[in-house]
Amino acid sequence: MQNNKFVTRNDQSVLGRWWWTVDHWTLMALASIVSIGILLIMAASPPIAERLGLVPFYFVKKQAFLFLPGFLMILLLSLLKPLQIRRLATLSFLAFLVLMVATLFFGVEIKGARRWLSIGGFSLQVSEFLKPAFFVVTAWMFAEQKKNPYFPGNAISIALFLIVITLLMAQPDLGMTMVVTAVWGTQFFISGLPLIWVWILGSMGILGLISAYLFFPHVQSRIDRFLEPGSGDTYQIEKSLEAFQQGGFFGRGPGEGRVKEILPDAYADFIFPVAGEEFGIILCLLIVGLYIFILLRGFNRLIVKDDTFSILAGVGLLMQLGIQAFINMASSLHLIPTKGMTLPFISYGGSSFLALCFSVGMILSFTRRRHD
Amino acid sequence: MVSAKKRKKPIDIMRDRLLFVALFCCFFYGIVAWRLIDVAVFNTKPRVEYAYRPTKSVSSVKFGRMDVVDRHGVLLATTLQTPSLYANPRQILDVEEAVTKLKKAEPSFDKKELRKKLSSDRSFVWLYRNITPSQQYKINRLGIVGLHFQNEEHRFYPKESLLSHLLGFTNIDNKGIAGIEQFYDEELRRRDLPLVLTIDTRLQHMLRQELLKAVNEFTAIGASGMIVNPKTGEVLAMVSLPDFNPNNPTGSDQESIFARFNRNTLGIYEMGSTFKMFTIAAALDRKTVTLEKQYDTTQPLRIGKYLIRDFKPKNKWLNVKEILKFSSNIGVARIALEMGGGNLKVFLKDLGLLDAPLMGVGEVGLPTFPKRWGDIQTATISYGHGIAVSPYQLIRAVSAIVNGGVLKPLIFVRPDDPLARQIIADQEKRVMSEKTSERMRKLLADVVENGTGGKVKVPGFRIGGKTGTAEKVKASGGYAKKALLSSFVAAFPIDDPQYVIFVMVDEPKGTKDTFGYATGGWVAAPVVGNVIKKMSSVLGIAPDHTFSPKQIQYRRKNRSGI
Repeated sequence: MQNNKFVTRNDQSVLGRWWWTVDHWTLMALASIVSIGILLIMAASPPIAERLGLVPFYFVKKQAFLFLPGFLMILLLSLLKPLQIRRLATLSFLAFLVLMVATLFFGVEIKGARRWLSIGGFSLQVSEFLKPAFFVVTAWMFAEQKKNPYFPGNAISIALFLIVITLLMAQPDLGMTMVVTAVWGTQFFISGLPLIWVWILGSMGILGLISAYLFFPHVQSRIDRFLEPGSGDTYQIEKSLEAFQQGGFFGRGPGEGRVKEILPDAYADFIFPVAGEEFGIILCLLIVGLYIFILLRGFNRLIVKDDTFSILAGVGLLMQLGIQAFINMASSLHLIPTKGMTLPFISYGGSSFLALCFSVGMILSFTRRRHD
Repeated sequence: MVSAKKRKKPIDIMRDRLLFVALFCCFFYGIVAWRLIDVAVFNTKPRVEYAYRPTKSVSSVKFGRMDVVDRHGVLLATTLQTPSLYANPRQILDVEEAVTKLKKAEPSFDKKELRKKLSSDRSFVWLYRNITPSQQYKINRLGIVGLHFQNEEHRFYPKESLLSHLLGFTNIDNKGIAGIEQFYDEELRRRDLPLVLTIDTRLQHMLRQELLKAVNEFTAIGASGMIVNPKTGEVLAMVSLPDFNPNNPTGSDQESIFARFNRNTLGIYEMGSTFKMFTIAAALDRKTVTLEKQYDTTQPLRIGKYLIRDFKPKNKWLNVKEILKFSSNIGVARIALEMGGGNLKVFLKDLGLLDAPLMGVGEVGLPTFPKRWGDIQTATISYGHGIAVSPYQLIRAVSAIVNGGVLKPLIFVRPDDPLARQIIADQEKRVMSEKTSERMRKLLADVVENGTGGKVKVPGFRIGGKTGTAEKVKASGGYAKKALLSSFVAAFPIDDPQYVIFVMVDEPKGTKDTFGYATGGWVAAPVVGNVIKKMSSVLGIAPDHTFSPKQIQYRRKNRSGI
């Protein structure tokens, strides 16, 4: 009987062990999100491709081309042990840190920000890759501090955090800074930060936001427009809300949407309203459900672990995914000011997709059941 | 935590806090889910559909000026490549033979002119521009050396005179010199997608038919009309009669010039009694009157050497409602004087009646009104005399009165086009309270139910409106008693207006059926009634027979747009 199975329980090969210890539910939820992603890019990108004079499925093909390397990366990373992940992440963190500095000098300027580095014909948003590596490194530092009170883990973590957000603000990329701050703060909080410090750091974060509003004109204008819809160009958000309204519960049907013809970002930052318009909020609710499922499922697998490092790193990576998805969905619903942020695994974008595969590969490694 | 009796293990603190974070995540994702339902289920808006969506893949190969289409994609103006015939007279061997042959192939040629052109010593002379392929074939077959063809762009209007004033036309070099063609000239050259208008060709046709009928019936010299969505400012139809064929617009005789005149946007007219609704709206909004307040209309009102009379005196005290219902000049003049000329002027200015409007066609009429604004001017302007505005301005102001009090520019290109969005963003403003607008709707409904606008009634439809009859100003000054401008402006359904319809007939003559009357109530109101009747069948608006005319119920329903 056992021979009929795809992989038997007592299969002791690397893949066999992987299959029985990796979290199937998370894998399934991920597969669903990626499938929805293809569906939505197929819906949203042709009008944009046409506008740019490309073949209709240009972006679909370009994205699909990344699936194989992405999934290989997920598989390979999830095969690694936490120690190996830690080493890999530390090395990549240092490498990407160097590239981040390089971006400031050699990056391509788009809409007043230098975020993209062109390497051998590919443009790469380095910060997307730096982020997950950074969370693993800080998790390591927090964990070391717990293990050995004389090791200055927290201090190193704070220093690294300051370096990373300085580099991000120099680009400038406020959205990413906020995600990094929130995730790092969560890790610090979980690692057992005394409550008094939680309050102090929390109020510093709020002060930071206020000063961003005061000192960055583009941030100011976005927030002003959010608070007072009449004060400036709120076209994108108006159209986005209209799309949800037009879609109603069951949507207007595949291909019947209009928002994708109006919004230039419909295949990236504003793909959620495309989903709402064509497939109804029923699909949107499913997407929301899938993300929160991945988060909770991940937390559930982590909470039983005794390894502080795995918990902190896993939570960091999961939170990064969750916060990013939340910011994207909430801004397209006018709950928060618009932020340039992709919807994980759904929006079009090479850097974002590969970086997410990087994160998820590590998440799957941390959430594997281990008895060693 | 430190004060807890038993110190927790660090790993347990971590687990507690992880749970807390999980709850936090659930909370925020819950907000997103709730917001989705809130936006998409509880805030649904009626779908304003533009069934037609221009896309590159279906539009023709772009050459030169872009197409213009109506809201449903019906082609209204397009650019064709047509051959033009020219000659190089130096190459012509036998002028006489060429002239004879050409005349035979194309009888419209003038022999004398041909001979002159062909025997000149230039090397290029146009003979016939924009000919048809069959003409080209015939001429080419003649085999005359020295004749050549060159492909040129030619603007073509398949609907001919249906949208003449609105679309305008281009000159021989394809430059827009009238109407939409003029206003959006640059845009039409630049863009690579068709320009989608707000016009519904079906409504345009229907309105034009009704106006033609009225012109014939009352032997009028002209007529004009518009249908507008007061909620969005979209112009659904705009007709001015007499009209012309934009494919062949030139003609410098008096009649052609008269026909090219756009009455809706360029023409300015003393609108007469329709202005009473502005005066009363101003007084209600500035709270200088209440609906029940009564005014003496028993005697003509004397201001200086002028005497203001009523067309059909009621010879009693009338309240505000009755003043509008019976269209009393004396009453409305008293209201205006009580409110003061300044108040009235500011209100009319807010309604955009005193400034040249920015619109979407090339022809714009400037309003005229007296420079000095004394008591007598205030009194006459209160019932629409001594002030002349274009129908475009009037309809825009009436739309603001019925739509809840927001002045919206009337637009000709679809509202989601950046061209329109800019205009809307610049011009949209609130000009009166929602309460005033609601009261005005009730008053206008009453005018139709019990007053001078009764002829507009259509069973099953809730209509409100106001008549207007003005004597035309004579060239010599003073008013011409027999030359009237009879108009009617209606909004329907009046409890939540989706359409504002305006009809004006120029110099109608009374008929037996109207007992010789040629006033707005007798001439223009029935036309509007017919338009509404026909519109409802075209747009699929079912009559509501449960509606009792005596008891106007103010219900709000979600109606689908066009």
